[in-house]
Amino acid sequence: MEVSRKPLIVHTAVFPARYESLASISQFIRQAAAQAELDSTGVYRVDSAVDEACSNIIEHAYGNRVTGNIECTCQIDDTALTIILRDYGRPFNPNAIPEPDVTAPLEERTDHGLGLLFIRKWMDEVHYEFSEQGNTLTLVKYRKPPKQ
Amino acid sequence: MQITSAQYKHCDLVKPSGRIDSATAPQFAEALDQIMAKGQYKIAIDFSQVEFISSAGLRVLINTQKLCKRYNRGEVALASVPENILSALELAGFTTLFKIYEDVLTAVGSF
Repeated sequence: MEVSRKPLIVHTAVFPARYESLASISQFIRQAAAQAELDSTGVYRVDSAVDEACSNIIEHAYGNRVTGNIECTCQIDDTALTIILRDYGRPFNPNAIPEPDVTAPLEERTDHGLGLLFIRKWMDEVHYEFSEQGNTLTLVKYRKPPKQ
Repeated sequence: MQITSAQYKHCDLVKPSGRIDSATAPQFAEALDQIMAKGQYKIAIDFSQVEFISSAGLRVLINTQKLCKRYNRGEVALASVPENILSALELAGFTTLFKIYEDVLTAVGSF
């Protein structure tokens, strides 16, 4: 039997691309994650991945200018919570950044790349696309482990 | 986010509450910088009221730990870390870089 991916619930909100929006974005995401019936660990992890992704958009795509927006769409279907983040800044592909060495001694630790680690490890799927219409990052968290 | 600090005989205790993200991490860094500016490098951080920490907050922790451990003059210890935040620290490989105590009293007493 084919699993339906037709969204049952869709929420969309637009936030100014600045760090002060992160708390409101978190609230929006946490509501959707709760509606998708993720457990508290799942909610925290989705919140974390989206916070990191939005921080990257603000820092890298818009370079801390306050002129842009982040469009945030949450879709809930039978199998997953899908979060689509769209921005109109410079293309920034998180999948192109190498993972940090999390076993290095203190003095050799760099302070970058950790955010991407949370996005990759805590979401089940991460897709990135850019076009003249903007950048789209799609983060998927399964509601239950996918059937083999 | 709100932060309170207290000075004990052998260490300083910092208690942030709420979210530590890119918006609030500078405030967290400032509180820790103020302690180090007084020449105090033994710092316990009470995480019991922290709801969320992002990589911006982790950067503050790592930079502070580097400064505190320099010349063996001290270190940062963490206390009462909620489960989700602990799993973030584990994923980032921070549990080998910081001593983590179950409660604040033990953390303060460790200095």
